[in-house]
Amino acid sequence: MSCDQDKRTAANAKVCQELAEQMLSFAKRAGADGAEVLVRDGAELEVKIRMGETELIKEAGSRGLGLRVLKEDRAAVTYTSDFEPQAMRSFAEESVALCGLAEPEPLAALPDREEMARAIPELDLWDESVLSIDVADAMRWTQAGEKAALKFDPRVTNSEGATFGRGVGAVAFATSAGFSAAYRGSNVSFVVEPVCDDSEGKKRNGHHYTSNRFVAGLQPAEEVGIEAARRTVAKLGSRKVATCQVPAVFSPEAGRSLLGQFAGVISGGAVWRKSSYLAEREGTLVASPLVSIVDDPLLPRAPGSRPFDSEGLAVRPNVVVSEGILRTFLCDVYSARKLGRKSTASAGRGLGGGPHVTTSNFILRPGKSSAKEASNVAQGLYVTQLMGFGFNPVTGDFSQGAAGFWIENGEHAFPVSEVTISVNFDDLWKGVDAVADDLDTRSSVQCPTFRVARVTVAGT
Amino acid sequence: MKGEVNPETDFHFPATPLDAIDARIAEQLLSEALASGGEHADLYFEYRSSCDFAFEEGRVRSVGRAIVLGLGVRVVRGVASGYAYTEELSEARMLEAARTAGQIASHGGSPAPVALAAKSLPSFYPVRELSLSRSGEEKVALLRRVDAAARAYDPRIVRVEAGYAEGWSDVLVVSSDGTMARDRQPMVRLGVNAMAEDQGKRQSGRSGTAKRRGLDLFAEPGSTPEDHGREAARLAIAMLHAQEAPAGPMEVVLAAGESGILLHEAVGHGLEADFNRKQTSNYSGQMGKQVASSLCTVVDDATITGARGSINVDDEGSPGGRNVLIENGILVGYMQDRISARHFGTKPTGNGRRESFRQPPMPRMTNTLLLAGNDDPQDIIGSVARGVYAKRFSGGQVNISNGDFVFSLTESYLIEDGKLTAPLRGVNLIGNGPEVLRNVTMVGHDFLLSDGTWTCGKDGQSVPVGIGTPTVKIAQITVGGTKAA
Repeated sequence: MSCDQDKRTAANAKVCQELAEQMLSFAKRAGADGAEVLVRDGAELEVKIRMGETELIKEAGSRGLGLRVLKEDRAAVTYTSDFEPQAMRSFAEESVALCGLAEPEPLAALPDREEMARAIPELDLWDESVLSIDVADAMRWTQAGEKAALKFDPRVTNSEGATFGRGVGAVAFATSAGFSAAYRGSNVSFVVEPVCDDSEGKKRNGHHYTSNRFVAGLQPAEEVGIEAARRTVAKLGSRKVATCQVPAVFSPEAGRSLLGQFAGVISGGAVWRKSSYLAEREGTLVASPLVSIVDDPLLPRAPGSRPFDSEGLAVRPNVVVSEGILRTFLCDVYSARKLGRKSTASAGRGLGGGPHVTTSNFILRPGKSSAKEASNVAQGLYVTQLMGFGFNPVTGDFSQGAAGFWIENGEHAFPVSEVTISVNFDDLWKGVDAVADDLDTRSSVQCPTFRVARVTVAGT
Repeated sequence: MKGEVNPETDFHFPATPLDAIDARIAEQLLSEALASGGEHADLYFEYRSSCDFAFEEGRVRSVGRAIVLGLGVRVVRGVASGYAYTEELSEARMLEAARTAGQIASHGGSPAPVALAAKSLPSFYPVRELSLSRSGEEKVALLRRVDAAARAYDPRIVRVEAGYAEGWSDVLVVSSDGTMARDRQPMVRLGVNAMAEDQGKRQSGRSGTAKRRGLDLFAEPGSTPEDHGREAARLAIAMLHAQEAPAGPMEVVLAAGESGILLHEAVGHGLEADFNRKQTSNYSGQMGKQVASSLCTVVDDATITGARGSINVDDEGSPGGRNVLIENGILVGYMQDRISARHFGTKPTGNGRRESFRQPPMPRMTNTLLLAGNDDPQDIIGSVARGVYAKRFSGGQVNISNGDFVFSLTESYLIEDGKLTAPLRGVNLIGNGPEVLRNVTMVGHDFLLSDGTWTCGKDGQSVPVGIGTPTVKIAQITVGGTKAA
C-alpha cells in the first residue's frame, strides 16, 4: 500500500518553515505586535493484527498550524489546517481581532531576540529508513510478535493484538522576534498484548513494547512477543494482600508514572499558581539523597529530545533534583516572569494551545545497585502497574490502584492485584532507599527500578 | 442540503464546507473505496468550530479559536478495517483517501452500489441558537461572575481559575448501506478551579458543567456561573482540614450523581461489544447471567435532552438510542458498533463513536446510568455504622480483562453511627466490577444525572460522556487510605 501524499510532503521541514514564515508575515500585516507560528506536518502508518488476522491498517498524513498573536499585550491562540494563501490571510486577521476579547497581560510578551536560540544542534532524531517501512513489513512484525507470544506458553489463550506503528513529523517554528527554524523526527514502535484465562472468568492481560526513533533500535518482534507473554502468564492467580505498611519496589514502568507526576509539581506553571506542594521548596531537601533528576533535551536519538523549545529558546540540560535537593523548577517564559527569573527553556506547545512547561527527556538518574538488590526486602510489594488519578498536586496526597508481586525474602512470591498504594508524595520521594542501574530509555520519562521504604497498601 | 432547518427550533445552522458534499460525490467516493473488494465502506465528514476563554487573576488571559475540517474513510472486510483521512476536501485528496483505505481488501467482489438516501434523525439537543454566534463579551461576563462568586464565598479563597469553551461539530456520515446522515452537535463547557489557603495549608476544589446546549444553560438554577464558583470554593474550603482516610475494606455509600463513574468503570467498558467479541472482557460469555445485584438496572442512554453524552446519530450512521445493559442484575445487552454487531448477529446499538475524522469508530458509551431504586438516601447513610461517604470524584480507570477498577475521590466523609463526620483527604477506591455490583445492597430513589465535564478515553480516543446514579450502598469495597485500621 502506498499513499502518494505521504511521499510528496511527509515531514518536509522546509515546506513547514516556509508556511510558518508566510503566516508570520500575514500576522504582522494584520497588525499583530508579536506573533509565534508553529507548523507540524506528519505522516503515520499503523498496522494491527489480532489472533493472526488483520484488524486495522491506517495510513494518513496531517498538517496543521498554531498561531499565537499579541496585540497591545492581549493574547489569542488559534489553529487552522487550511493553507490556501487567501484563507491564511483571513485567519491571521481574525486571530488578531480575537485579541480584543482578552485583557492586557504584559508578562505574556514574546521573549526578546537575545534569548532566542542562535544555533540549532543536530540531535540525530531522523531515520530515513522509517519511511520505507510499508504495510507488508509492518504485517511481518505483528505476525511474528503475536505468534511468539501465543507459542511461549499454552496458558496464553487469547490476544488483544500486536500493533506496529511508524510516524514521521516535521516541526517548524517562527516568531516575530526573528527566530525561524525547523527540524524533523521519526519514530517506530511495536507492542504485543497477550491475554490469559484465569479462574472465576477473569482474564489477565499484559503487554511489552519497544519504541525508538530508529528502526535499528527496536527490540526484535519475537523477543517483544515472548517478554509480553512472560509478563502476562506471571499474573495468573493474582490476589489481594492484607492491608499493611511495607516497602514498595517500583518497576521502571510503574516508577515512570510516579516520575511523570513529579514533573507536574516542579513545573513553573504549577509553582506560581501555588498548585504544587513544592511551591516554596526550591533549594530544600525534597527527596532522598539517592534521588537525582535531570531534564535533558539534548540527548542524541532520545524520544524527548528537541533542538529548541516551543518559544524558540536555546535548550540545555536542567538538573532539577540533585542528591535530593530541589535545584530548580522548570519554566517557560511566562512562568519564569511570574516567578521573577529566566526561562529554563522548557516550553512545549501543541497546535491548539499556547506555550506551557513541558519536560523533554525527564530522567531519574540510575543508581549503583542491581534491580535484584533493590528488590531485596524481607516483605514488600513489587509494583508493576499503577491505576487511576489519585494524586493531588496541591497537597501531595497520593492514592492509586496497584498490581505487581508480593516479595518474600527478595523473591516474587505470588502476583498481586486490586490493592491501592497510599503515601504522601513528599514521604514517597524522601523514602527512596534504593535506586537501581536499569534505566528504561524507551520513553521520554525515564526511570530505573527504585524502592520506597514504606507505603500503605490497602487490600483485604 | 443547504439551508436545512431544524424542525424543532426553526433555527438555521451556519453554512459549512460540508454543504458542498452531495450524494453524487459521496457515491463516487464509496465506489472508489470499495473498488478493491471491501464489503462495507463509510465516510465521516467533520467540520468543527470552537472557541475558548481562559480566565485567571481576575482577567481574561487568553482567547482561543480553532476550525477543524476533514474526511475519514473506512473500508471494512470481515473484522479488518482500512482507514485513511484527509484534511483537504478536494476531489483528488478525497479519492486518494478512499483508495488508501480500500486497499485493506485486495481481492473479491464488491457489493452493488446502493442509492444514498438522507436519513431523518431525532433531535436530542435542540438549541435555539449557537453560543458561538453570541458576543465574546457575554462569555467573558460569565467568567467574571464565576470568579466573583468563588472569591465571595470565603476570604480564604486565594486563587480562582476559570475557563469557558464552546463549539459545534457539523457531521455527515455516509455509509455504503445507503445511509446519509447529517448532524449538528453543539457543546458548551464552563469550569472553575478555586484554591483555599489557611494556616499554611492549601487545598483546591473544582466545579464545572458541559452540555449540548446554548448559553441559556447558564441561566438555569444549579447551572449558573455563581453555582459553579461557589461549589468550587466550597469544596476547597471543605477539604482544607480533611483528615487521613482509613485503609482497607469498608462499607461505602456513593452519593447520587457523579458516583456514576462507578458504573462507567465497573461495568460500562466491560460491556462494550468489541472486548466481548474478542473474549478479552471479564463479562465475555455472561449474556443472560446474573452479573450484579438484582437491585441494579444499568442503561446506556444517548437520548437524554441536551446531555453531554447524547447523540442523535453515532459516527457510523446508526441512530442514538437507549439500551438496557443490565436488567435487575441480569446481563441483557452489549454496546455494539457495526463490526461487533455483525459478529454477534445483531443490530448496531448506536454506540459506534470516534474522537474525530482522524480515527475509526469503536463501541463507546454515551450516558451510562444506574436507574433509581426504592431506598431513602438518608436511610442508606443511616444504615452504616462505620464507612465512607463518597461524594465527588476526579476520575476512574478499569482493566477490562480482569474487571479491576479504581476511582479517585476528591470529596468524601467518614460515616460513623449513621452520620457523616470528618472530611477525608483525597483517596482512591479499588474494586472488581462484578464483585462490587454483587455487593450493592441498597439503591436510593434519588437518581441524579451528573452535569460534570466527563470525558472518556479508550485506545487514545476521547469522547464526551454522561454518568448518573442514585445514592448506592456497597457492602464492601477497598478504601485506599493511609491509615491502616
